[in-house]
Amino acid sequence: MIKDLFKETIWSLAGNKIRSGLTILGIVIGIASVITMVSIGQGAQSSIESNIQSIGSNLIVISPGAQRGATVNTGRGSAQTLTVEDAETIKAQVADIKGVSPEVSKRYQITAKGTNTNTQVVGTVPDYLEVRSLKVDFGSFLTDQQNKTSAKVAVLGPTTRDDLFGINADPIGQTIRIKNVDFEIIGVTLSKGGSGFMNPDDQVYVPLTSAQHFLSGDTFVSTISVAATDQNSMVVVQQQVTDLLMQRHKITDSTQADFNIMNQTDIVATASSITGTFTILLSSIAGISLLVGGIGIMNMMLTTVTERTREIGLRKAVGVRKIYINLQFLAEAVVLTFLGGGVGIFLGWLASLLVAKFVNLPAQVSMSSILLAFGVSAGVGIIFGFYPARRAANLSPIEALRYE
Amino acid sequence: MIECKNLVKSYLNGDVETQALKGISFRIEKGEFVAIIGPSGSGKSTLMHILGALDSPTSGQYFLDGVDVSGLGDDELSDLRRNKIGFVFQAFNLLPRATVLRNVMLPLLYSGTSQKEREERARECLRYAGMEESKFQNLSNQLSGGQMQRVAIARALINNPSIILADEPTGNLDTKTSHVVMQTLRELNENGHTIIIITHEKEIAELTDRIISVRDGVIESDTVADTNIRMVHESTNNINNNKMR
Repeated sequence: MIKDLFKETIWSLAGNKIRSGLTILGIVIGIASVITMVSIGQGAQSSIESNIQSIGSNLIVISPGAQRGATVNTGRGSAQTLTVEDAETIKAQVADIKGVSPEVSKRYQITAKGTNTNTQVVGTVPDYLEVRSLKVDFGSFLTDQQNKTSAKVAVLGPTTRDDLFGINADPIGQTIRIKNVDFEIIGVTLSKGGSGFMNPDDQVYVPLTSAQHFLSGDTFVSTISVAATDQNSMVVVQQQVTDLLMQRHKITDSTQADFNIMNQTDIVATASSITGTFTILLSSIAGISLLVGGIGIMNMMLTTVTERTREIGLRKAVGVRKIYINLQFLAEAVVLTFLGGGVGIFLGWLASLLVAKFVNLPAQVSMSSILLAFGVSAGVGIIFGFYPARRAANLSPIEALRYE
Repeated sequence: MIECKNLVKSYLNGDVETQALKGISFRIEKGEFVAIIGPSGSGKSTLMHILGALDSPTSGQYFLDGVDVSGLGDDELSDLRRNKIGFVFQAFNLLPRATVLRNVMLPLLYSGTSQKEREERARECLRYAGMEESKFQNLSNQLSGGQMQRVAIARALINNPSIILADEPTGNLDTKTSHVVMQTLRELNENGHTIIIITHEKEIAELTDRIISVRDGVIESDTVADTNIRMVHESTNNINNNKMR
């Protein structure tokens, strides 16, 4: 019986290749476009997110403000108001933070064996890795112990390493000279792909205390970076840091604060509104494709069944039971939608892969888009393939045979 | 073996009720060759559909082999059509794009017989209906009218039915082909099949043994042709019945 059903279904579909082909095409287009659109949308979203993440996630940067004297006000950022103790107090007293890194940074001429370059030297603590979302490629980063002992060690950014020792060289164990002090190289950070003036790839990291002792010669820090645990806690963290610093610096009027706080919330807000709009745009395009595909399938199925009402009548007239006619049409609809669905998923997946490769978007096929697209197309195909056939099978054979 | 008691069939056309059959009663015995004749609109087609279990009467009873058909459900009617009735349609009603063999095997679908057995039976029936062997794999829409009618007859024969009903079997054919088809039906009758044909042509009806004439939904006359000829046929029937089984 099942063999008969199977054979009739295949024969019937193969017997009208154009009809079957067009129905499958409708399903393929609907499913493939939804999968591709959704994967591009999600790819764009994750691409924008990762760009923001590369600055450092949930970052709050505190920099010294203008020193307000009796008569002369110096420029912003030039004041020396922030100390290591400020950073330690923030770390100890503010909740919901991942890390705090006080930094001393200045540009120096750096020499290695026979070469030299001019770049930013950052004196900092181990938390810097966490705060700035930095990773170590090989070797190791600075440790607390090295900070305590003001060790003369340095970690290079990959671009600096390329400039001084050649592309992809392993400089560990060699020395560089900054302001006539020799630093031993203990590690290289992983490239973050940044560029421009504050390129994290073109920097040299040394222990904070070493920078203070050998390079700047004082106990102040040029910035304190604070990383909040997540986006939601940033506002609270920023407020707590402000309050704490005002209290420590004995300032009551916030307009007179001798420090500035900058955060990522603004960037994040802009980015999420962009990705939000983008997602709505792509979902509506995908929705329309699905609708058009669905109407195509519906149209094809209805035409098919109308055309075949006489065949249904004939099958009934020669004594085929209603249930087998229903099953045959159901099987035809199922085979069509599953064939179309399979091809559609494959094409959508292929298109996403091509987009990921050539447009450089991390487009990824999501299971939910496959299920949604397949569910809608299969639903439409099966309902509109089966329901009219069921109605035709319920007619008396005479009525069905006379159907025009 | 066929018994109709006061068959009435009415259709509702809007608010107007039209009666196609107004109380028809008759008996047809096994092995008879009957023509139902009447002008168009006489109700003969409706009667044929009821006899073929394709339609059910509004009132009255129809017994086929002692079973009251008017009380059966949709699936039981399907089974009855498959097992006891061979129907030959005026418009042939073959599956387009299907081969001759496939068309003939159609009633055997979902019956649990093997493919090999089906093909053997289909070939046997096709040969029996006078179809050339070389055309067995042709598509049905490539055949001539006479060939299509042979395929339709072969399909009607495949389940070895108690009765064969033919609705205007010669309606779409020329005179020569008509006579060949009638000859085939005559041979089937001589081999023991009960055959009922519907026609509006008197010459065709006269090639059968009994003519039931219908007009305006009632039986106008029921005449048996030359008894001697019929006697001869009955005797050959008995011999052929043994051969067929």
